[in-house]
Formats: sequence, structure tokens, C-alpha cells
Amino acid sequence: MELTPLFQWIDTQLISLVEWLGLPIWFAELLEMVLAAVAVLLMAFLIVLFLVWWERKLSGHFQQRLGPMRTGWHGWLQTIADGLKLFQKEDIIPTNVDRKVFFWAPVVCFASSYAAFAVIPWGEGVIPTDLNIGILYILSITTFVVISLLMAGWSSNNKYALLGGMRSAAQIVSYEVPLTLSVLGVIMMTQSLSMVAIVEAQESVFSWFIWRQPLGFAIYLVAAVAETNRAPFDIPEAEQELVAGFNIEYSGMKFAMFFLAEFLNLFLVSAIATTLFLGGWQGPFLPSWLWFILKTTFVIFVIIWFKWTYPRLRVDQLMEFCWKVLLPLAFLNLIISGFLFRG
Amino acid sequence: MNEATPSQYSEEFEVNMGPQHPSTHGVLRLMLRMNGENIVRATPYIGYLHRAIEKICENRTYAQCIPLLDRFEYVTSMASEEVFVLATERLAAVEVPERAEYLRVIMLEFNRIASHLIFLGTFSLDLGAITPFLYCLREREQIMDLFEMTSGQRLTYNYIRVGGVAYDIPEDFLPLARKFVDTFQHRIDDYEAILTQNPIFLARTKNVGIISKDIAVNYAASGPVLRASGVKWDLRRDDPYSIYDRFKFDIPTGTVGDTWDRYMVRVQEMRQSNEIVRQALDQLPQGDYKTKMKAVFKPPVGECYARIENARGEMGCHIISDGSTKPYRVKLRGGSFCHTQLIPAIAPGMMIADLVATFASLDVILPEVDR
Repeated sequence: MELTPLFQWIDTQLISLVEWLGLPIWFAELLEMVLAAVAVLLMAFLIVLFLVWWERKLSGHFQQRLGPMRTGWHGWLQTIADGLKLFQKEDIIPTNVDRKVFFWAPVVCFASSYAAFAVIPWGEGVIPTDLNIGILYILSITTFVVISLLMAGWSSNNKYALLGGMRSAAQIVSYEVPLTLSVLGVIMMTQSLSMVAIVEAQESVFSWFIWRQPLGFAIYLVAAVAETNRAPFDIPEAEQELVAGFNIEYSGMKFAMFFLAEFLNLFLVSAIATTLFLGGWQGPFLPSWLWFILKTTFVIFVIIWFKWTYPRLRVDQLMEFCWKVLLPLAFLNLIISGFLFRG
Repeated sequence: MNEATPSQYSEEFEVNMGPQHPSTHGVLRLMLRMNGENIVRATPYIGYLHRAIEKICENRTYAQCIPLLDRFEYVTSMASEEVFVLATERLAAVEVPERAEYLRVIMLEFNRIASHLIFLGTFSLDLGAITPFLYCLREREQIMDLFEMTSGQRLTYNYIRVGGVAYDIPEDFLPLARKFVDTFQHRIDDYEAILTQNPIFLARTKNVGIISKDIAVNYAASGPVLRASGVKWDLRRDDPYSIYDRFKFDIPTGTVGDTWDRYMVRVQEMRQSNEIVRQALDQLPQGDYKTKMKAVFKPPVGECYARIENARGEMGCHIISDGSTKPYRVKLRGGSFCHTQLIPAIAPGMMIADLVATFASLDVILPEVDR
């Protein structure tokens, strides 16, 4: 059940439609782009709907309870109910906030995570656009999240929010460095920045980069958890210290945007881990997109598992861990890879 | 990183933490003077939960005081009943039947375990680990069930009365209690497996919030906080009340007095309490569970101070009687009040995250501070 024939069919239909209407051929491409963007957006919403429910169920079972049970079969409608509630909430803008920045912060946050989905290879031939600098594009576009958190923290006119914003900026900027370095090892071996090329370099199970770059994978996973601000690195929103961190003053849909972006980021880092280290869509028997989703879901499960098991690090320990442990290890990994896999 | 060094680029600012802050365990308000993430000065403000318990006691008969005192320290209500009843019994020289004493010890130690479970849960919660909290509540629930089947209440028991206890234990109490005692030691192993040697947990607690022996003694710290600083002082051994001299138990102590030591002392104490309950269940004699008291209870003129070892340190009760049915004056002492005073002494130079961890490790409960 590969999806490529379906896309080809849509493609030919669109072209014939455009020709029938007598419009230039670039119009068909434009339509395709819009269609792809809408499809990704829908997919993103579906993913978040599922992830929120799944995390609540998982955390429930980790903690010897059931999690949501009342809304639908095993509470699968819970996220929809929560979303509806957030839609109805009054959109409170506190006095003395910087209104423009306050408004745009969640938008920037959501947009940057959403934009990164453009180069995620969902399956064989199922990729919105195969940029030849795919991984570089993801690494740079997700950095916008930092700006949005700083915007939210700064504009809220609240000490807790400011502390939270500053903390997360410091954290994400720091962890970006080992993250990028760990990815470099893979790029050195494939000699390409394209996501599709990276997946195609991992034909069999034994050529997955997790075997050839084990240290790189470990560094990536740790840095990715820190990137998504999840426990044990959830300093920016440490509720025992900062109540809620940068998003303390947000309510209603603006809060929902941050929430969406948080879970999109979780999916994103797991999808990148799958693509770079776990062979992406490669796998026997099952269709490629299913393999991709299964592997990504597994990585997400591991990250959620971290969250519900570990205590939180302190902010200075977090920085020390990044600069004194992760970064030297990442350089070491880079040097070893350089020696072992001289092209 | 831990020294608060003012520079020309930084500006100190005030943060008001509480009274409705998730990590202040109730309604404590801390005014923090901050230099970036570091604390320059911390001042606790108390009194948000003042209910004038001591004053109300003066207008109630001795029996009526007991349910009120349940609200004094509601996480270990049994202890706040026991200390008042103990003072009254000493004042009026009331004999307590053997079985009642054993039942009291069983309930007190169960209550201590329940209280330490709450500590363990909220402590790990304050460090960001959410899961142990729910594990702890699962065990506490079983203790609450035992209390409920005995006294009818889950939090404010009104169980320990002058001259004995209110009710005898029901038939199925003993097997359930034994089952709990047998499984609980393995549960503690589980908690320790998830926390004690976890590197993140160690990084957050080792050498954090050190309370030296001198400071602990000078600030009248007691209970686990004092013992974690290396002072082997336990009223159950050093000033035995009830029948504690009949049981064999160790007094766990710490060495440094840091947050990890306080955690460890409490975990060990749960094991010891479990052993005490086991011994008490084995030795539990048959007989009366209360002495027959006169309908109108009037202790003689005089005064008496009784103190017991509570989960939060020394709990004391000073009663002055004028010979009437109501106490002339009741003065209560709780460990939390003294431990709250430790905050300004040890907080300067800490980071907010450390203060949260340290405060959680003191296991302060605000109703006891404010009364």
C-alpha cells in the first residue's frame, strides 16, 4: 500500500484540470503546493491530537492509574474536548503587555515548527519537498522557536515569564550546538544534506546509522529532549519554580498554539531521529509510511518515558552538562567519524 | 555559580513566591531578593492559615479539643491527638490499658509512614519527578483505608481519647495491616530504586541546602531535620512515652545535613516504623481498649508538658488546668514552625530551584506553623 501511485494520480488529475481550464501549467504546481501544505497541516493536527492523548494515557499507566477514560473509548476524544474548551476560553491580554509582540509570539512558535514539516520524508516518495539542504533547513527553521519564547517571555510583563523565556533561550541555543554536531557525523557519511538521500543510504537494517553512529545517536537524543524543553530538561516551564514559565500569561487559543508547537516539536525531533539514525521509511513487509510512523512513535515513546521517570536538572547543571559533557563528546564523535569514514 | 556577586550589569529584584505558589506546600509566602537566579535574601511570611486553635481550646472541654487538634497538624492527626491526650493523662494521672497503648503505637507509626510518604511524593514532585508522587499516594491510600475502617475517618480521626482509644480495631484490620507491613518494605525498595542513586536526583540534592549541626541545634530543629545533620536525638528513645521502650528500632542519622540526607533519613525511618508496627502487631494483647472515665472529666489544678516524636520533629503540648472541665491554657509546639525559621539562615546564595528542593526536604506543613 504505497502512497506514490496516489500522488501520481492526483498530479495527473490536477494537470488535466488546469489544462481543461486553460490556465498555465505553473498553476497546477501552485495548487499542488497548497494541497501539500494543507495535508501537512491536517496531519500535524492529527498528530498532536494523538500525541496529547497518548502521553496522558502513557503517563497514567506509568503512574498506576488509567488516564482519561470518560470521553469516548479509553478517552480518545479527550484532546478534542480539551481543544474545544480552549477555543471557548476568553482571550485575555493582560494590561501593560507589549501587545504586538505578545500576539505574534505564539504564531511564530507554531509557524516555525510547522514549516519544518516541509522536508520530513514520511515514506518512499511521500515528502512535501525534497530540498537538497533538507537537514540544514530543519536545524535553522526550528531555531525560530527560541525567538518566539523570548518574545513571549519579554512581552508578558511578568517576572516569572521573563525568567522562563531567558532560561529556555539559553537552553535551546546551547543544546543546538551538540545537536548539530551529532547530525554532522551522519552527513559526513552520506555526503548529502538531503533527507531522502540520508534515508536511501540506510538500505538494510545493519546500515542504519544508529549502528554506525551510536554515540551520535545518544547525543542527538539527549540534545533533542533538551530542545523540546521536556523533562528532565524542562527548566523553562519548571512549574515548581516558575509556575509555568514563558507562557504563564497566555490563555485560550494563544496558549493552544504554544501547546500545539510543543507537541509538533516532539514529533519533529523524533521524526528526524528516525530519518537520520533509524533508517527512516526503510523496512520489510509493511508499507514505507507505516514503518516511518512506527519508528517515530517508538522514539516519542522513549522521550515520554524519560519525562515520567526522571527528576529535573537545575539550570546551571543543565548548562554544565551541555558544555562540559555533550559538546566534547560530540566533537569526539565527529573526529572518530572523520577518521573511520574517509570518503 | 552559586555566589551572589553583584556586578554593575545586574540589578537585584524582588520576587514574591506564594502564598499561592505550587511548591510552597500550602500558603507560605516567601519574599525573595534575587540576583538573577541566585537568592540574596529570603524572608518567610506566615499566618495565612491562622485559626487560633490554642485560643479555641480554652472554650472547649478536653474531649472537644481532640477533634479540633486534628486540624493542628492534619497530615499526622494521630500525633496531634496523642500529644494532647498524653499531657491530659499525665495531668490527671489516668491509667491507660495495655491494648490501647499498643493500638496507639500502631496508629502513630502508620501515620508516620503516611506522612513520610506525602513527604517523599511532594519532594520528588518539587524536583520535577511526578511519577513517585502517585506511587506514594497508592501506599498511603492503604493506610488511610486502615484508619477509615477503625475510626471512620480518613484524615481527622478523633481516635485517641483520654484513657484509651475510641474504638477497638475491627476483625479484618489485623490481616490487612500485616499484609501492608509485609509488602511495604518492598515498595520502599522500589522508591529507592527510582530515586536514591539516580544521577539527576543526586545532582539536585547532594550538598544542597546544608544545615550544619550547630545551625540545626541553635534553631531548635528536631526530628528528621536534626537527625539528618548528624544529631542522634529521637524522643521515642531519649524520652520514651507510651510504650516505645518495648520496641527495637534504629535511629537513622545523616552525616552532612544536606537535602539528600534528609531524604535518606525519612526513607530509613519508614522502614523502622514499619518494623515497629510489625512488632506491635505481634505483641498486641487482648483486653480493654479504654478505661472507664467519669461522665464529667475534671483534671486537678496544675500544669503539664508532654512531647512526642512526630514525623516533623518534636511536637509538644503544654496544658494549664484550673480544675474546671476546660483547659485554662493550651500551648502547642510543632517542628515545622522552627524549621521555617531555617529558611532565612540557609537560603542566601542558593538558586531558586535549590530553595524549592531544600524547602521540600524540610517537610514543613503550614497549618502547623500557623495553628
